Amino acid sequence: MYIQTDNHPRYTVGVLVDNEPGVLSRVSGLFFRRGFNIDSLAVGPTQDPEVSRITLVVRGDEAKIEQLVQQLYKLICVQKVQVMSNRNSVERQLLLVKVSATVSEREGLMRLVDIFKAKVLDVTKNSMVLQVSGDNDKLASMLSLLADYGILELVRTGVVALERGDGVMTSDIFD
Amino acid sequence: MKLNGAAILIECLIEQGVGTVFGFPGGAVLPIYDELYQRMDRISHVLTAHEQHAGHAADGYARASGKTGVCIATSGPGATNLVTAIATAYMDSSPVVFITGNVPQSLMGTDSFQEADITGMTMPVTKHNYLVTSIDRLAETIREAFYIARSGRPGPVLIDIPKDVQLAETEYTPLSGEALIPQLSIKKPLTQLRPEGEALEMYKTKAQPRLEKAAQLIAEAHRPLIYCGGGVALSGAQGELMELAERIDAPICATLMGLGVPAGSERMLGMIGMHGTHAANIAMQRCDLLIAVGVRFSDRALGNAAAFAPNAKVLHIDIDRAEINKNVSTTLHITGDARVVLDLLLSRVSQKNHASWMTQARSVEEEQAPSERFEPRQILQSMAKVAPCMTVATDVGQHQMWTAQHFPFLRPHQLITSGGLGTMGFGLGAAMGAAKGDGEGRPVTLVTGDGSFRMNLTELSTIAHYSIPVIVVIFNNGTLGMVRQWQTLFFGHRYSQTTLDRGPDFMKLADAYGLEGTRVDSVEAFAAAFEKAYASGKPCIIECMLDIDEMVAPMVAPGSPIDSFCLN
Repeated sequence: MYIQTDNHPRYTVGVLVDNEPGVLSRVSGLFFRRGFNIDSLAVGPTQDPEVSRITLVVRGDEAKIEQLVQQLYKLICVQKVQVMSNRNSVERQLLLVKVSATVSEREGLMRLVDIFKAKVLDVTKNSMVLQVSGDNDKLASMLSLLADYGILELVRTGVVALERGDGVMTSDIFD
Repeated sequence: MKLNGAAILIECLIEQGVGTVFGFPGGAVLPIYDELYQRMDRISHVLTAHEQHAGHAADGYARASGKTGVCIATSGPGATNLVTAIATAYMDSSPVVFITGNVPQSLMGTDSFQEADITGMTMPVTKHNYLVTSIDRLAETIREAFYIARSGRPGPVLIDIPKDVQLAETEYTPLSGEALIPQLSIKKPLTQLRPEGEALEMYKTKAQPRLEKAAQLIAEAHRPLIYCGGGVALSGAQGELMELAERIDAPICATLMGLGVPAGSERMLGMIGMHGTHAANIAMQRCDLLIAVGVRFSDRALGNAAAFAPNAKVLHIDIDRAEINKNVSTTLHITGDARVVLDLLLSRVSQKNHASWMTQARSVEEEQAPSERFEPRQILQSMAKVAPCMTVATDVGQHQMWTAQHFPFLRPHQLITSGGLGTMGFGLGAAMGAAKGDGEGRPVTLVTGDGSFRMNLTELSTIAHYSIPVIVVIFNNGTLGMVRQWQTLFFGHRYSQTTLDRGPDFMKLADAYGLEGTRVDSVEAFAAAFEKAYASGKPCIIECMLDIDEMVAPMVAPGSPIDSFCLN
């Protein structure tokens, strides 16, 4: 089961779960013991206080993803699972990054902030904290440009995603 | 009425129809045992010597009786001792509710005495588990646990109850019948009872396209083979399965867990897999349609998954959607209760005739050279002659495979064995549970090996004390035989740590526990001892002295195609 899956396509999976203690542990434990690699995981409450939503980014072939979805459904706390493709969904990730920035470097950095629609959250004599949001590609290119200045620390939320259009998360689990 | 949590627990068990629980007391379950003491006229408790075996006993009870087993243990080591029993029940889809006490919530997370995170530890080996943090949720949780354990694909559920919740009081209203079925937040196949009435109509509509396709696959097949697993036994679908076999004129093979389903039928080719029959394994490779019912395509059944049933389309019927395409890609699957699916399928298939395929499948000869030695096959056949319908429990190893091969099982759940986890030490607990679960108090035979038996013989005190009718038949070959067999075949006869040249003297042991012990080295002596034991209805030990180099054959090496035998 433990197959290297790095070359496989990325899937974004939305999971509605009971908002109860231990749920995240049940879901992440399942991924570990069944040999699924998680690229990213984000969790938070929904409009219904009894339901939380987990967004996972995983890699694998189609059979592996099918197995993952069905294994998720076996958890009593899992209500719905939806696999989203890049085409039919919008996804975002938030990144906070502390960059080394001397007074003379600030101007160049501000130009990047402008181009990437980032925000400056904190400035000191030697550093800046920036907030950037977007998809994976955008964050990756921002980070590669910031690397020239020196990244001191960074944190990211993990991908969150919703399906495009009027539809809300439904799933027929019979098949 | 106002009751404390411990009393509510016992009342809820009685509410579920539980007559017998297995367990072992301790500090964190004192309130539970106190309430049990006050209700001994309504529920009985079997005190084992070790929590693990109480767990196996509850599992054996569930398998033999078709009810949900119950096991109670204390916090910390009591709870961790259950883990093997829980994992065993999980792998074999056995409905057992495990109840553990825990330290009071004020002490949780402080590494207090006998504290263990048992819900964290058992997440991977339970269908679901609970840590009850409030007395208000207790009764509801217990009802939910029982429902989850037995619905859909059955499995173990653990409820961890901190001591303060056991002592807190609340209003308790007894429920019965339909009211006991909990309102789960979402209904899934995994937690559904067999569909009836309106639910069945809905299911029929949904399943129709797949049923039609399945009927078509069957109509087009020339060499269909039915592959029957434990799911058929769990769903009680043996009648439907046999009817399908007759209708489509197909041979049947069974997994270890499916033995006893195709009872006494000429269509039965035997067990499939590593120690399967030639007929079953060869038919698997020749068939053009494999109808897999209630199976999970275990590696022990498959051999090399890539070379498995190479000529066949695969129709997979199982209640657990996650089993579909897990180990083998299917042509078509139908998710649902085996009995319901087979019943719906039967109405769509017409009578077929595959006489030449049936003849071909059945004509494969099994090599069974007559032996001068006192050997396992003779013992098992002689046992079956005395008590053909008796429940037989096993431990794990050579004796388990011999039992599967040579005892002609006649009904589902007649064989009680640890198929998935392969738990040495499962047997004695399971056998005593099975005996307690037999409504008529008939004897149960445990076939065990000297290696396995040394892992659970401490429970001899339990069967002796309660006079539980378990006939312990020890296949004593002085070795961990299955491991030795692999060392012979694959590790150049280097018998590393497998020779059991260190006792105990099982006859003296029987004596120490006040049990009758008989040592035999001929099939005549065995038959006499067994007949006497079976008639007496008392627990006893029969020790069979076997050759150290006795092997389980046929055998397919792990990872080889299933028809490529390394031992015949």
